[in-house]
Amino acid sequence: MEAFTTHTGRAVPLRRSNVDTDQIIPAHWLKKVTRDGFEDGLFEAWRKDPEFVLNKAEHKGATVLVAGPDFGTGSSREHAVWALQNYGFKAVISSRFADIFRGNSLKNGLLTVVLPQETVDRLWKLVETDPAAEVTVDLVDRQVRAEGITADFELDENARWRLLEGLDDISLTLREEADIAAYEARRPSFKPSTVEV
Amino acid sequence: MGRTLAEKVWDDHVVRHAEGEPDLLFIDLHLLHEVTSPQAFDGLRKAGRTVRRTDLTLATEDHNTPTLDIDKPIADPVSRAQLETLRKNCAEFGVRLHPLGDVEQGVVHVVGPQLGLTQPGTTVVCGDSHTSTHGAFGALAFGIGTSQVEHVLATQTLPLAPFKTMAITVEGELPEGVTAKDLILAIIAKIGTGGGQGYVIEYRGSAIEKLSMEARMTVCNMSIEAGARAGMIAPDETTFAYLKGRPHAPQGADWDAAVEYWRTLRTDDDAGFDREVVIDASELAPFVTWGTNPGQGAPLSASVPDPGSFEDASERLAAEKALEYMGLTAGQALRDITVDTVFVGSCTNGRIEDLRSAASVLSGRSVADGVRMLVVPGSVRVALQAVEEGLDKVFTAAGAEWRHAGCSMCLGMNPDQLAPGERSASTSNRNFEGRQGKGGRTHLVSPQVAAATAVLGHLASPADLSDAAVSTPVGA
Repeated sequence: MEAFTTHTGRAVPLRRSNVDTDQIIPAHWLKKVTRDGFEDGLFEAWRKDPEFVLNKAEHKGATVLVAGPDFGTGSSREHAVWALQNYGFKAVISSRFADIFRGNSLKNGLLTVVLPQETVDRLWKLVETDPAAEVTVDLVDRQVRAEGITADFELDENARWRLLEGLDDISLTLREEADIAAYEARRPSFKPSTVEV
Repeated sequence: MGRTLAEKVWDDHVVRHAEGEPDLLFIDLHLLHEVTSPQAFDGLRKAGRTVRRTDLTLATEDHNTPTLDIDKPIADPVSRAQLETLRKNCAEFGVRLHPLGDVEQGVVHVVGPQLGLTQPGTTVVCGDSHTSTHGAFGALAFGIGTSQVEHVLATQTLPLAPFKTMAITVEGELPEGVTAKDLILAIIAKIGTGGGQGYVIEYRGSAIEKLSMEARMTVCNMSIEAGARAGMIAPDETTFAYLKGRPHAPQGADWDAAVEYWRTLRTDDDAGFDREVVIDASELAPFVTWGTNPGQGAPLSASVPDPGSFEDASERLAAEKALEYMGLTAGQALRDITVDTVFVGSCTNGRIEDLRSAASVLSGRSVADGVRMLVVPGSVRVALQAVEEGLDKVFTAAGAEWRHAGCSMCLGMNPDQLAPGERSASTSNRNFEGRQGKGGRTHLVSPQVAAATAVLGHLASPADLSDAAVSTPVGA
């Protein structure tokens, strides 16, 4: 996984709540068997509208998405994270994320930052007034900074460390192989097996 | 202090616990399908890893599979390639697969329980958010992303952040014509699509205990639509009776040992929950959605709400956008909404009891002119059972299409889709914009409401049907 320390870039205000993963990447894109090439599918239906915020010239090249509450609800598709990253986003800010989406994003180095809605409102106003305004998402100091805004955010220490170091979860877990084997040895015999009967 | 069902199952699966780190949990059952697994197998291949426990892993084909002409090559080359990728991966890594055409093929969340693989006190994961379905057995079951699929394939474990507990207690009797689907839609409307975020929900109370296993699966299935990490129901005699004799259920001495263990899983009387919600079953009614997320629902007897009536600014905006997308106006009676398509199926409502329920309403009646009704069994086994009971004949005699098993129009990855602007009454789980096809409009309903709606051509419950209704053309 790519490490995340700090990122500064322009932001896109997405004034929508309940942005489900079907909107982020529609199902027909899920037939692909790679982790890349999803950028054109990102918000595909909404992008057909020339007025959609991502289509506005002043937001081209933005790398921070500032969204309404309950971002990433619905389907567990990790393709939603890949689509955001393929498009160029490095971080998403919202007052609440769906659990599976958040887990998926942190596994891929897309930083999801939870801030109070009131701070999200201020960020929206800032970047709507000045689309060139830069937003810094600093994982080292756990802080979001923009003109007139300084907001601390929480992320548990373990997740932060994995992101800062860009660590591979599977390698970390395989260091505990002896514990896994010990657990397997004490599992009861009545536990289910998929071996055909 | 006692422990809850979820806490007990969690504790029994901790492989490693260390301060300041997520617990490493053992996974008892890993289900796979074609959509969320290819990149995970690729990851294994690149790292030179193997599948640690093929004996705890099972794959089926469901999302892309056609429901017509299944004996012919799949027309969509991209869908075909994805299914072929799963077949190659399963062969290479030694994973049991039930492909299209196999008697055990079907929607992954229908197949696991019917094989008896989903058992109380187990941990079940799948790269699919509706894995919460399996919680109906008292399993801790949740959807995961593709990176986690790869992690489980390689290690049979997952590092997991702690959860909060929520009790949703449903007491009393569900009124006639009110089903598990109406109950869960009402719960989601009450707590909201983010209400369960961070929680494992335990559904309890007399109304839950009276539900059949299949009805319990419908309830747990949609826990994810309330944002919950999982939904669970304590195992009881209903659970044990469902499991006994299934192909992968324990046998002999193992059965006795298993039941003894399963009986210990119930939440202790002195256990506490982080949040409690109480619902009176007797106050519930057939429930349908009017908006574009599953929390935007109301009793069928209600009207489309006025967005201005929502106090919360983001809910108000969401309601405005939803009405615009859905082509509805505030104040319009929900019963006046006419549909083009009715879909009965999915991991939410594609089991035999769901088909019986829809068939009982359709029997002796006809699907309204201009309405297309698709009935898609959740698995080949469900289809065979339905045929044995003659349900397929009831559906086709009424003018509905009887299809092969799969996810079908729940998400429209196969050719079963809504056309732009088309409106459906659907027994599936998501009414998101474009979910059932680009520009399609979805109303989530129970199988009974779906069948009554098919007959009348507008959102309706069986109570709205009279003999006159059968011979009266739709829209009259």
